[in-house]
Amino acid sequence: MTDLTSLTLAEARDGLVQKTFTALELTDAHLAAIEAARVLNAFVLETPEQARGMARAADAKLASGEGGPLAGLPLGIKDLFATKGVRTTACSKILDDFTPPYESTVSAQLWRDGAVMLGKLNNDEFAMGSSNETSCFGPVVNPWRRDGSDAKLVPGGSSGGSASAVAAGLCLGATATDTGGSIRQPAAFTGTVGIKPTYGRCSRWGIVAFASSLDQAGPIARTVRDSAILLRSMAGHDPKDTTSVDRPVPDYEAAIGRSVKGMKIGIPKEYRLDGMPPEIEKLWTDGADWLKAAGAELVEVSLPHTKYALPAYYIVAPAEASSNLARYDGVRYGARVNGRNITEMYENTRAQGFGAEVRRRIMIGTYVLSAGYYDAYYLRAQKVRTLIKRDFEECFAKGVSAILTPATPSAAFGIGEKGGADPVEMYLNDIFTVTVNMAGLPGIAVPGGKDAQGLPLGLQLIGRPFDEETLFSLGEVIEQTAGRFSPAKWWA
Amino acid sequence: MNATVKPSQLIKGATGDWEIVIGLEVHAQVTSNSKLFSGASTEFGGEPNSHVSLVDAAMPGMLPVINEACIRQAVRTGLGLKAQINLRSVFDRKNYFYPDLPQGYQISQYKSPIVGEGEVIVDLDSGDSITVGIERLHLEQDAGKLLHDQHATMSFVDLNRSGVALMEIVSKPDMRTSEQAKAYVAKLRSILRYLGTCDGDMEKGSLRADVNVSVRKPGGPLGTRCEIKNVNSIRFIGQAIEYEARRQIGILEDGGPIDQETRLFDAVKGETRSMRSKEEAHDYRYFPDPDLLPLEFSQAYVDALKAELPELPDAKKARFIRDFALSPDDAGVLVSERESADFYEAVLGKLANAARDGKLAANWVINELFGRLNKDGHGIAASPVSAAQLAAIVDLIGDATISGKIAKDLFEIVWQEGGDPRALVETRGMKQVTDLGAIEKVVDDIIAVNPDKAAQVRDKPAMIGWFVGQVMKSSGGKANPQAVNDILKSKLGL
Repeated sequence: MTDLTSLTLAEARDGLVQKTFTALELTDAHLAAIEAARVLNAFVLETPEQARGMARAADAKLASGEGGPLAGLPLGIKDLFATKGVRTTACSKILDDFTPPYESTVSAQLWRDGAVMLGKLNNDEFAMGSSNETSCFGPVVNPWRRDGSDAKLVPGGSSGGSASAVAAGLCLGATATDTGGSIRQPAAFTGTVGIKPTYGRCSRWGIVAFASSLDQAGPIARTVRDSAILLRSMAGHDPKDTTSVDRPVPDYEAAIGRSVKGMKIGIPKEYRLDGMPPEIEKLWTDGADWLKAAGAELVEVSLPHTKYALPAYYIVAPAEASSNLARYDGVRYGARVNGRNITEMYENTRAQGFGAEVRRRIMIGTYVLSAGYYDAYYLRAQKVRTLIKRDFEECFAKGVSAILTPATPSAAFGIGEKGGADPVEMYLNDIFTVTVNMAGLPGIAVPGGKDAQGLPLGLQLIGRPFDEETLFSLGEVIEQTAGRFSPAKWWA
Repeated sequence: MNATVKPSQLIKGATGDWEIVIGLEVHAQVTSNSKLFSGASTEFGGEPNSHVSLVDAAMPGMLPVINEACIRQAVRTGLGLKAQINLRSVFDRKNYFYPDLPQGYQISQYKSPIVGEGEVIVDLDSGDSITVGIERLHLEQDAGKLLHDQHATMSFVDLNRSGVALMEIVSKPDMRTSEQAKAYVAKLRSILRYLGTCDGDMEKGSLRADVNVSVRKPGGPLGTRCEIKNVNSIRFIGQAIEYEARRQIGILEDGGPIDQETRLFDAVKGETRSMRSKEEAHDYRYFPDPDLLPLEFSQAYVDALKAELPELPDAKKARFIRDFALSPDDAGVLVSERESADFYEAVLGKLANAARDGKLAANWVINELFGRLNKDGHGIAASPVSAAQLAAIVDLIGDATISGKIAKDLFEIVWQEGGDPRALVETRGMKQVTDLGAIEKVVDDIIAVNPDKAAQVRDKPAMIGWFVGQVMKSSGGKANPQAVNDILKSKLGL
């Protein structure tokens, strides 16, 4: 039998239906892989018993031909998603061993469709980070290494556990969330595919909130097709989230292989940064050439407010976070550090419960919402946001079907290498991705090449609102040409 | 209102007269089955933490969903206050830490409330009325409750109220006396109860007020105000204003400044005390709640609610005056409480001839029924005499079956023993005698035995009253007084 952990999700699905192997065998293979890859620190909680139980149930359904679209497919769940009866921490000490009595809508839909939960995946604390180094469970290790080096690299963040686990073959796919690039940047760093759908496409109910107006769930998977299969199950209207949108979920998989002939692809000139590494330049040109070869038409477009996106993002996101994280006060659940009075209890609990990056963002957010600063910061940032949105609208109004950019300004970097003295150094990782969250648009990251040291690099495609299908069609063109990217296995 | 300030409304200080300026923020709990953003019950008095959803407890990843029933109630209230209804409004977060506030913020409406400017006409005991402007009405969540008496060293939290919908109704600073402020709250409460948007139960905390008080020389610039938080009875509102105004005048007359601050009313001592100064005031860091889209509805939605609005006290009062010739005072008494008006209308509905006897019925409701209820300390809901019974008594007077005097006896019987008034009149022989022959016979008898008085009455017509009394006495009060009068006049040659 082939190594079951090297299959794509689509291949595994077909194998299960054809009864080439059972869901239990598939799950056991992944549980073994997880155990052998603990050095990656991708999982913060393994749930083997639950996984085997779900796999057996899937086998029973598959036997009677009643398996759902994801029957028996083992997945990892980012620890930001509430999982009923299973510890959910957002990788923060402040949640301690919080075990929710409820299941997030997105994960519930995966279980509804027959998927199997392998465990909870590491992430930056409260999804605040771009390297998965802010997790209270410690950093995640990227399965990729530079050629001839055994230096440990970050997998990106905040969905670093998801990206690392998918790249290392520990699960067939994973849930992730993206507030400023937290799906696409780690996907790019690990040679995987990640899509942040349109804001409102997936329910946020039961996902620990970071910045409500930007947060959106999506999958990380090994192929474009796999991400399309997963998104179909994750997406959909939820009356419990009034920002989720009531429109039918298309069969995204059907978009794979659809012709891109005649599509206008925008190349935004403002994304051509000064001092952009030549390998990123080349990646971008390659991607454009491949799409052109497939019949698409390339047009230069302008998104003039791009340069304000990152500063505006670092006002809006911390502002919302400072309020969203106020509920972690030690009163009802999670960690509590007592004090002589209620104020001291709050101070002790929050000072010890939150990590440095989370505390920094709470303070930034509190500051920008304060009396006398609100207009200068928050209100202006919201105006910038409107302008960024308009940039995209004007671009799409000219008949552009999607916009092609690099996903990140560089390949994965070393653990401990960035952001120690200057947090902005880390924030710059999101330079190509935050605009998409600010505008609420869908964006997909697809591996497109490698840097000089053999590390994967990702391309980003940005689509019209609710036109994820076009992104899958275009993404698959890139994937077909660039090929798939798998790290050499050094950890087991 | 400045133009209408009367000398009697001013407070005399050592340095001359002072005018009080009062504005109120009334918090009214919305009558609804479930909370503003969750499906948990709003029922009062459950076991602590028995009406708490995951949203109310602010569990990680929980999201608010607007309860449409609360929106409807807020719009209806706005319509009742003749206010601007905003078709687009925004929910904001008001951020502060307190253990009774699970989210760490209260969802409220800050810059764009659901209801804008309106007005309330307030009738005063003097017979005057004033118009109090409404600045705005917005929806917000109530907080939970801290219990400090359950444990020696810890406080407990009860989240049953957490997330219950409140309407904050902000008046303009249009009131000048504590009487006006009390009358305003009473009128506002009455309107809310007519609408069924708030039960107005101040003992349960369904209605409470933050009272803003400042003083100034008449017609001068506004003084610095103090806000007295959470006053929970109309009487206390009056006491708090009186105390606070005199406190401020005392300070100003001693040459001191008024500090803008939040104060508490101590009902036991009848005084206000400083709670926190402006410097200690929270910076609430309001911003639009990103979990909720702006609230939008159509004018058609508002129109449909408007069409189904019940008749409100002012309209009802005007109708009572117009249709039944009630005095404004009587009409005002009847409409001031929804239950009184409902009772009166129920009586009207049972009357054989409401157009004729409507005014008589009003007199009976106000004087006999309310008087008796007050005496026995009953509310109208516990009245031993039903609207049907009272209507029957009024009918009996109206169709001249009994006299007003007999009616009072009949009312007492019905109050004590119950029963059908018409049947009681029959069985107890209380029927008024309108048989002219019978009355004539009595009149003849009385004239016959009092020839001297019959002679005197021709010179002193007022003496007829003595004859009337004699006839009524001998008929046991049952003779029709009008008939007695007529017959006496003709027999005595007047």
